[in-house]
Amino acid sequence: MNMNYLLCGVGGQGTVLAAKVLAAAAIAKGEEVKTTETIGMAQRGGSVTSYVRTGYGIHSPIIPLGTADVIIGFEPGEVVRNLKYLKKGGTVVVSTKSVMPVTAALTNSTYNGEEMVEYIKKAAENVIIIDGEKLCNECGSDKVLNVILLGAAIKSGAVGITLEETKDALLKRLPAKLHDLNIKALELGMRG
Amino acid sequence: MPEQLVMGNEAIAFGAIKAGVKMVAGYPGTPSTEVLETIAKNNNGNIHVEWSINEKAALEVGAGAAYAGARTLVTMKQVGLNVASDPLMSLNYVGVKGGMVILVADDPGPISSQTEQDTRHYAKFAKMMVFDPSSPKEAYEMIQDAFEYSEKYGEPVFMRPTTRICHGYQTIELSTEAEEREVEGFVKDSDRWVIFPKLSYNNHIKLEKKLVEISEDFNTYRFNTVTGKGTKGIIASGVGYEYVKEVVGDREDIKIFKVATANPFPEKLALEFLEGLDSVLAMEELDPVLEREITYVCGKYNVNAKVYGKLTGHVVNAGELSADKAAESIAEFLGEENVFAANQISAEGAPELPARPPVLCPGCPHRASFYAVKVAMKGKKTRYCGDIGCYTLGNAMPLDMVDTCLCMGAGLTMAQGFAHAEEDVYSFGFIGDSTFFASGMTGVVNAVYNQANITIVLLDNSTTAMTGHQPHPGTGRTMMGDVVNCVDPEMILKGMGVKTVVTADPLDLENAVEVVKKTAEEKGVKAIIFKSPCIAVTKPAQREVIDEDKCINCKKCIKELGCPAIVLKDGKAFIEKSMCFGCSVCETVCPVQAISKAGGDK
Ligand SMILES: Cc1ncc(C[n+]2csc(CCOP(=O)(O)OP(=O)(O)O)c2C)c(N)n1
Ligand code: SF4
Ligand code: SF4
Repeated sequence: MNMNYLLCGVGGQGTVLAAKVLAAAAIAKGEEVKTTETIGMAQRGGSVTSYVRTGYGIHSPIIPLGTADVIIGFEPGEVVRNLKYLKKGGTVVVSTKSVMPVTAALTNSTYNGEEMVEYIKKAAENVIIIDGEKLCNECGSDKVLNVILLGAAIKSGAVGITLEETKDALLKRLPAKLHDLNIKALELGMRG
Repeated sequence: MPEQLVMGNEAIAFGAIKAGVKMVAGYPGTPSTEVLETIAKNNNGNIHVEWSINEKAALEVGAGAAYAGARTLVTMKQVGLNVASDPLMSLNYVGVKGGMVILVADDPGPISSQTEQDTRHYAKFAKMMVFDPSSPKEAYEMIQDAFEYSEKYGEPVFMRPTTRICHGYQTIELSTEAEEREVEGFVKDSDRWVIFPKLSYNNHIKLEKKLVEISEDFNTYRFNTVTGKGTKGIIASGVGYEYVKEVVGDREDIKIFKVATANPFPEKLALEFLEGLDSVLAMEELDPVLEREITYVCGKYNVNAKVYGKLTGHVVNAGELSADKAAESIAEFLGEENVFAANQISAEGAPELPARPPVLCPGCPHRASFYAVKVAMKGKKTRYCGDIGCYTLGNAMPLDMVDTCLCMGAGLTMAQGFAHAEEDVYSFGFIGDSTFFASGMTGVVNAVYNQANITIVLLDNSTTAMTGHQPHPGTGRTMMGDVVNCVDPEMILKGMGVKTVVTADPLDLENAVEVVKKTAEEKGVKAIIFKSPCIAVTKPAQREVIDEDKCINCKKCIKELGCPAIVLKDGKAFIEKSMCFGCSVCETVCPVQAISKAGGDK
């Protein structure tokens, strides 16, 4: 089955690894994959969006508007920015913790994540809200948000790959000493 | 090897290795950079790979190797070809012996470039073949074809991917075998290799004849195809073709002409496409090149089909294309509904989103350099000519230290223009180290010779940061893995006749300010080299903390520096531990010494 995933967040949050895992799990099943990223200029702190398309007869590397099956959002404002890509009836998995823009201190920005989450709940049908900060603390690492969100996405049943497939693809990409931590993060993500 | 996910630029690199490339030279530039880097990483030792100092040098190094019979790849971004255009416009007349592919990556958007220029115009201008892949997989095959065509006709050829091809990934089955090829060696022949007006005239005649032959050849080129039937047709190329396919799917009632070679245009195949059509839509990134070609063919052969596209306002004529934009244009063209519109969620009532503009990293030495000049020159009439690199971001608030930015190398020379035109100003030219080697040095000689009254500020961060931290002559590392003598900008400047050349550490802010104050007052050409590594090529120092009791909440650190590690927490300045690089510049800026190195933990 063809699937379109959109992963979005802020530079440094690990969106790209999560995208690679989704892609690898699909490749292991013998599917074709196209992915691409949009990253602003090289510096840290900008918006990052990864598009992953799996299945057969895929053309555009970027998902057309209104065709994403799943949005995995690492930051609520970034999800709002990309909601136009979600198809009607698609699923959003979103971490509630907002990341202030690096220029916030200068511009007196009043950006707040709660307002974003409220809007997402209203605009999309299937929304899974994850307290990413709390679950990261439970794991004892702020580097596993990506894996927690993958776990939550699998649990939702909206992604086309299983827990086992994800585990395989994930552990292949990580050094052995990080395996336990990441399995724990996957499980916590599935618990929600 | 089984199918794996490969980046377009990697696919091009592996295709070139497979084709037996012997010489690879280029200059970094997004989105082209990973092609050369991938070849260097997978070099079995048989390939010479180099970052040349600029694109002109790369093309000329490549020309030598190709004259000797080696298969040669030269890589650059689109604006790089402007720099390399001088050798290019003669090389086409002379031709090559070993296959030569000039890979030029175009950047619709533009996403990380100063222009939206279209390299296919250069192909027409220089009367050269151009190959335009529509996917990473095709790019892998096409670069191999490109070498074949180059050798078949004895001409250099362009390969012109765009950002979505270069940086898109696709599952591809790669071969890691490299074709074994002998390099015959140079054969002296002045009638062939030494360009003179007579040779140019003769070769011009030959070149025009060749173009007709190649156009004929391209009618059957495997990646130029005509499919479907009916009275409506779409002509498309590159990723634009994939967008069209995304919209029309497997529909058979629309004719599609996929053009992989915009120059020379496959005219016969175009006629086959036009057969039975009453209207044509052109879908291509950047300029309406195919659109003009097909319009020309209609006129030439008296075909009565109406051509729609950018020239008629039916396709956007600036910025990147997308499947969505293609869907809009195609819906209008066919008089049908937009295939993607039905399923979209309305954006009504969406809250305002935060902007996330690019900024200099926490601890970036450029921040300190700009700040030092700003403080030193406060209240004086100044002109700050910037240049291209991470340091262009010195334009952002609160530094606001870039008055102009034009193209690589222009900072130093434009500063001279200001100095001659406005005698009462302090004119500064800022330039990065990689940019200095690429195109700054000639500007220095110009200033010395023509007695300009300028201050050169060389921002030496020991890397080419903007394009992903490539080595350059000042770093002493090569793409062959060798460690060589560093080329020293201080010696270059002195050797060129700059009398005052001061090297200073910008992170020692107080001294840096003094150096600027003193140096800027001298007459003539003087230079300050601010030397401190980019944070990507060095280790962090002990981070800083703000002592809440000492802090008087003046927010000077935030308002003056704009370091992303200093945030507002409960209305007060606070240093985000995970982001601080410990450059200590904020420590100097704080008027009450509330900021100091954290004890113990880093
Ligand atoms: C003619 C041309 N070639 C290549 C580029 C791509 N490019 C942008 S900035 C840059 C060099 C930046 O290095 P440096 O001057 O050392 O500044 P830094 O980014 O390290 O601050 C390059 C090669 C370009 N813009 N123009
Ligand atoms: S990458 Fe290096 S040069 Fe560029 S902004 Fe960051 S620290 Fe500065
Ligand atoms: S917080 Fe201060 S010491 Fe840390 S990176 Fe920013 S300016 Fe440098």
